[in-house]
Amino acid sequence: MDFSLTKQEELFMQMIRSFAENEVKPLAADIDDQERFPMETVEKMAKIGLMGIPVPVEYGGQGGTNQIYSMAVEELSRVCGTTGVIVSAHTSLCVAPILENGTEEQKMKYLPKLASGEWIGAFGLTEPNAGTDAAMQQTTAVDAGDKWILNGSKIFITNAGYAHVYIVMAMTDKSLGTKGISAFIVEKGMKGFSFGKKEKKMGIRGSATCELIFENCEVPKENLLGTLGKGFGIAMKTLDGGRIGIAAQALGIAQGAMDETIKYTKERKQFGKAIAAFQNTQFQMADLETKVQAARLLVRSAAFKKDSGLPYSADAAMCKLFAAETAMEVTTKAVQFHGGYGYTREYPIERMMRDAKITEIYEGTSEVQRMVIAAKLFK
Amino acid sequence: MKIVVCIKQVPDTTEIKINPATGTLIRDGVPSIMNPDDKGGLEMALRLKEQYNAHVTVITMGPPQAEAILREAFAMGVDRAILLTDRKFAGADTLATSNALAGALRRIDHDLIIAGRQAIDGDTAQVGPQMAEHLKLPQVSYVTDLKYDGKKYFTIKKETEEGYQILEVEGTCVLTVLASANQARYMSVAGIMTAFDREMEIWSADMIDVEEVKLGLSGSPTRVKKSFTKAQKGAGQVFEVDAEEAVGIITSKLKEKFII
Ligand SMILES: Cc1cc2nc3c(=O)[nH]c(=O)nc-3n(C[C@H](O)[C@H](O)[C@H](O)COP(=O)(O)OP(=O)(O)OC[C@H]3O[C@@H](n4cnc5c(N)ncnc54)[C@H](O)[C@@H]3O)c2cc1C
Ligand SMILES: Cc1cc2nc3c(=O)[nH]c(=O)nc-3n(C[C@H](O)[C@H](O)[C@H](O)COP(=O)(O)OP(=O)(O)OC[C@H]3O[C@@H](n4cnc5c(N)ncnc54)[C@H](O)[C@@H]3O)c2cc1C
Repeated sequence: MDFSLTKQEELFMQMIRSFAENEVKPLAADIDDQERFPMETVEKMAKIGLMGIPVPVEYGGQGGTNQIYSMAVEELSRVCGTTGVIVSAHTSLCVAPILENGTEEQKMKYLPKLASGEWIGAFGLTEPNAGTDAAMQQTTAVDAGDKWILNGSKIFITNAGYAHVYIVMAMTDKSLGTKGISAFIVEKGMKGFSFGKKEKKMGIRGSATCELIFENCEVPKENLLGTLGKGFGIAMKTLDGGRIGIAAQALGIAQGAMDETIKYTKERKQFGKAIAAFQNTQFQMADLETKVQAARLLVRSAAFKKDSGLPYSADAAMCKLFAAETAMEVTTKAVQFHGGYGYTREYPIERMMRDAKITEIYEGTSEVQRMVIAAKLFK
Repeated sequence: MKIVVCIKQVPDTTEIKINPATGTLIRDGVPSIMNPDDKGGLEMALRLKEQYNAHVTVITMGPPQAEAILREAFAMGVDRAILLTDRKFAGADTLATSNALAGALRRIDHDLIIAGRQAIDGDTAQVGPQMAEHLKLPQVSYVTDLKYDGKKYFTIKKETEEGYQILEVEGTCVLTVLASANQARYMSVAGIMTAFDREMEIWSADMIDVEEVKLGLSGSPTRVKKSFTKAQKGAGQVFEVDAEEAVGIITSKLKEKFII
């Protein structure tokens, strides 16, 4: 067992930290305030390969690992939760399922453009009546000979509007339940595909969250992803991988809040002493630091298992559950350590608290993570 | 076109602390980085690689740990990297350093040599110009921009104390470049993934074209007599007023101090 970073990981950390500090952090408050998707950041990330990290070179990717990918999401989220989820949803929820389930033709058609960042990716599973109970899909796909006809809608879709490629789940046979769900690759601009309401959110406000609408949407026959009726399994496996990305996002937000709080409590003086000198501050911060480190080890271990081809479904659930709850606890306490200043937008800490909350909700709520972990325990 | 860029590993001076007792730099635990001006020079070379398919070599003289900046250069996209390392180079001043680099450059095909203007630790800005003298090549220092006509001429913008000059240079020369010339690129992920599989050449003193007495301590005429910390200047006073009022304030201050 070796807990040290590889040489590549160390060099990557050097690069991503300076990228996050110089290119991402300066925009974080503004894109939150303006609810603006940071397209210029996506272009910069594309240039250095951040949109295609765990994709093999032969498909136009960077030949990196899931470990490095999760480090990227962590370090971006450390300064900006929005930027972290843009990369995570793109990579884990769109690039990965094509890489893992696509035909050679689909991979050659979609991966080079997605991995280079020319195209952004998204994933549509959630519907108004199918949230946690994702099996209740009402979007349908009907075989019309040379094409599929999709009808229905998806809500809360990250990157929607800006993304070009969407992995969409739809019922191909209602009578079969989850075995009647199939996955499709839908491109922006396909006939009958449009976007609906854009959500106004509590946090990650620079990220796009929008409705997908399919009205007799025509999808080419060859855009079925994986085999017919295997869509639910593809979605669940995709979310397993995605949870590592979201755990990394939560971890990054938690670390960012720690960074800010250490700095602030050393500077701010009350009763003639730095806030950091109070034992209450020190003991609470020691506990939080321990949890952040524990979350980091869970994330690294889940990413290691994915890279090693080992089962990692419960590991992904555990790292997401723990990192998300840690992020919420750290950011809430961080606001407390900042006092009234922390409650204002003068400091980044209230944004971090708002950003942290979503990590307990999307890609399976914390309750769902507990179900996944328990299912493994009691199988 | 073959370009050689001289890069130096330096302590990150933004993270350096001074030992208050002795007034000397605390080097322990300070991260090492590629000298910022050298990174500007490297970026200039990499842009010529993109536009004109130039071949870019980086070279550094330093201890084995200097490998780190060569790996970084690989991850940024260079074609070849050479580490000049040998006990015989130890104790070099700027003259011995430039002699060693010139000795190596005589063994490498080059149409253009790029150095940084100044290293943030040694801070002399001597090595580039000295190298040009040893190699009997023309030089342009303090370069902030460079254009190539694709055939023969470089159009070079050079900073001066008063402003800038535009020069046209034909053929092989040595440039010393400022970090402010451009924003150097980040390493790419793919570059990082393969950086450690690339071949880094390690050259010793007997592999370069220079007399051994010109290297290391024996080739270094500089003797340090004494080193001390400069007394801190007090913070300046800022007046945010219009020009006319400012002139009044300045002249009265100068009179106050019996300067005028
Ligand atoms: C900003 C944002 C981005 C998103 N991005 C995407 C995306 O890109 N793609 C996508 O497909 N979806 C996306 N989602 C949807 C997200 O995954 C769902 O919101 C989430 O799965 C929860 O579903 P729901 O909102 O319908 O909540 P509900 O399912 O209605 O849950 C409400 C509450 O009940 C709890 N609950 C439900 N069932 C049980 C149970 N059996 N036992 C105990 N507790 C239970 C839940 O844990 C939750 O606390 C996004 C959501 C948001 C807010
Ligand atoms: C502890 C210590 C003691 C020193 N003692 C002396 C001394 O007694 N006398 C003395 O003259 N100098 C001394 N130096 C300075 C040292 O010799 C210089 O660092 C070295 O010669 C380069 O000079 P510079 O740093 O001023 O580089 P500059 O001349 O400022 O550098 C200009 C450019 O030259 C290139 N360059 C410089 N060095 C290298 C290199 N090693 N490899 C590749 N390219 C390079 C880079 O492109 C750089 O940007 C000392 C340095 C240290 C750290």
